[in-house]
Amino acid sequence: MKIHEYQAKEIFSRFKIPVPRGSVAFDAKEAGNIAEEIGGSRWVVKAQIHAGGRGKGGGVRVAETPEAVAETAKEMLGMTLVTPQTGPQGRRVSKVLVEEALAVKQEFYVGAAVDRARQSPVMIGSSEGGMGIEELAASRPEAIVREWVDVGIGLPAFQARNLVFGLGIDASLVRVGTGIFLQLYRLFESFDCMLVEINPLVVTEANQIFALDAKIEFDDNARYRHKDLQELDDPGEQESLELEASEHRLNYIRMEGNVGIMVNGAGLAMATMDLIKQAGAKPANFLDVGGGATTEMVTKGFEIILGDKSVRGILINIFGGILRCDVLANGVVEAARNVAINVPVVVRLDGTNVEEGRDILAASGLDFVVADSMADAAEKVRGIV
Amino acid sequence: MTILIDKNTRLLVQGITGREGSFHTRQCVAYGTNVVAGVTPGKGGQNLDGIPVFNTIHEAVEKTGANASLIFVPSPFAADAIMESAAAGLELTVCITEGIPIHDMMKVVPFLKRHNCRLIGPNCPGVISPGFSKAGIMPGQIHKEGSIGVVSRSGTLTYEVVNQLTQSGLGQSTCIGIGGDPIIGSTFVDILELFDKDPETEGVVLIGEIGGSDEEVAAEYIKNYFKKPVLGFIAGLTAPPGKRMGHAGAIISGSGGTAKEKIAAMKKSGIHVVEHLGELGKEAREVF
Repeated sequence: MKIHEYQAKEIFSRFKIPVPRGSVAFDAKEAGNIAEEIGGSRWVVKAQIHAGGRGKGGGVRVAETPEAVAETAKEMLGMTLVTPQTGPQGRRVSKVLVEEALAVKQEFYVGAAVDRARQSPVMIGSSEGGMGIEELAASRPEAIVREWVDVGIGLPAFQARNLVFGLGIDASLVRVGTGIFLQLYRLFESFDCMLVEINPLVVTEANQIFALDAKIEFDDNARYRHKDLQELDDPGEQESLELEASEHRLNYIRMEGNVGIMVNGAGLAMATMDLIKQAGAKPANFLDVGGGATTEMVTKGFEIILGDKSVRGILINIFGGILRCDVLANGVVEAARNVAINVPVVVRLDGTNVEEGRDILAASGLDFVVADSMADAAEKVRGIV
Repeated sequence: MTILIDKNTRLLVQGITGREGSFHTRQCVAYGTNVVAGVTPGKGGQNLDGIPVFNTIHEAVEKTGANASLIFVPSPFAADAIMESAAAGLELTVCITEGIPIHDMMKVVPFLKRHNCRLIGPNCPGVISPGFSKAGIMPGQIHKEGSIGVVSRSGTLTYEVVNQLTQSGLGQSTCIGIGGDPIIGSTFVDILELFDKDPETEGVVLIGEIGGSDEEVAAEYIKNYFKKPVLGFIAGLTAPPGKRMGHAGAIISGSGGTAKEKIAAMKKSGIHVVEHLGELGKEAREVF
């Protein structure tokens, strides 16, 4: 689960990681009032969406008077912000963060993440703040400092100091900087985070350190032990069909293609998407109905796939294992009767009880195109689009 | 010969009294696996079709001589179950459970190393040595005894591949699903090392997917050390970046972990990469 910058900064504050003074606003007047309350002479208005690269799309702007803050907020609220991370459709802005603008002297990248290869938490720092860490890792790996954490011990102070000195933070700020890394790891660990990123962490002209941006991603698998974080979820940030699917415990991801898919198993679903591309069409979605697909789930799957109006055909690809093909075929037939399907449907079944499954499809009187292998399915998809 | 499990495997099932646990225990027994014990804390003294249930693994091992464990415990308790298995001295633990928190797994991995226990999974279909033993949830009947090793991050995609191999007349020595999570007990290289030492395994099919760099590491290992022929397949060429494709570990982050990179790395290492999944069985016959 991702959360907004303003929410992440509230959590930072709880962990005593310094953030600029500011608050979230849902309308222009509120934004102006926040600027008045904070005081000062320059403010930043930041669009709150779950995607990075906001500055590049006009989602981060500076204003010099509270009136200008309100005016900027007015322009931003309701706009569709397109950034390199949102895709061409962009995201609608429904809230902005208003903050004091700081006179920045130095910028750093700081993060806590999971190192998959080393199977360990890793603290990351770079003196190239503002840049994406993956880009940087590719172009200038020597500019990145890393400390891997022993989970049994946590982050010891010396490793936090290694990071601070490694970044070249001014000696007068070593204590503060070390504290920030220690707190960052505590937050990362205690809230079951996949990622905590401060990009950039800045040193101001007044020689103070602040987290200018904040990004937190929680581990969905650990949600059961952080029930209080649930209220930070913003369903408005999710694509509407994806949201509907997740409410029915279906694993659906919308894409920009014309052939919808329904598959049991994530790996096979990805391979099925690839097969559609190879057949000369484009996959409209990823949809894994899992190993225990019921008739209700298949029905809902059809509805969600057809909710995407660019879908011109559907490929159902089921490899029956423990869950038998005949059971699945019955589910597909019943679901197809419940939902008005107005596009051709290719069904490929294989595995346990495949013959019975195909017989059920044939006897249903419904207009399925039955494929008997992956290769055959690719051919038949080519035939329908 | 096979790897990891064979006819001497004495399997213990953790979570044997649950719905999934009892169903798949029966399936394993029907396949010929020697399931000697079950463990469900608080249900010691019961039995499943005559298989004794114990409260602790320690007791189960003492009384039955179990030497491997299969876990169906729900995700909030699965990390604990893995550590109990390792602490009891079992050399192999197979964890089917999906959805274990990643911070739990980061604690489990060093614990396993200290206890010298090999973990397969989590979030995997398990292990099968066709004709001998099954410690997992895969449909036994699609497999055939033979000399091809299969290692994969996926479930049903592996069944698809195994089915094509069997239909092409290529039997399997052992098939292992290593799991779809970002942090797993055994990597491709861990399994390749075992296949390398197994004289009966004549070739390996390696099925990867987007996310992480385990396939690239495996490709490098194969180039330098692995002399048996390898057939590869990577799922997720059309997967968009930044989205988790079902498996927690299947995500392209930034520009890293794409199928294209993995395929390129594998080809560079001399691995025959199958482009069209439908052709895998046919190409396997040519390569092996």
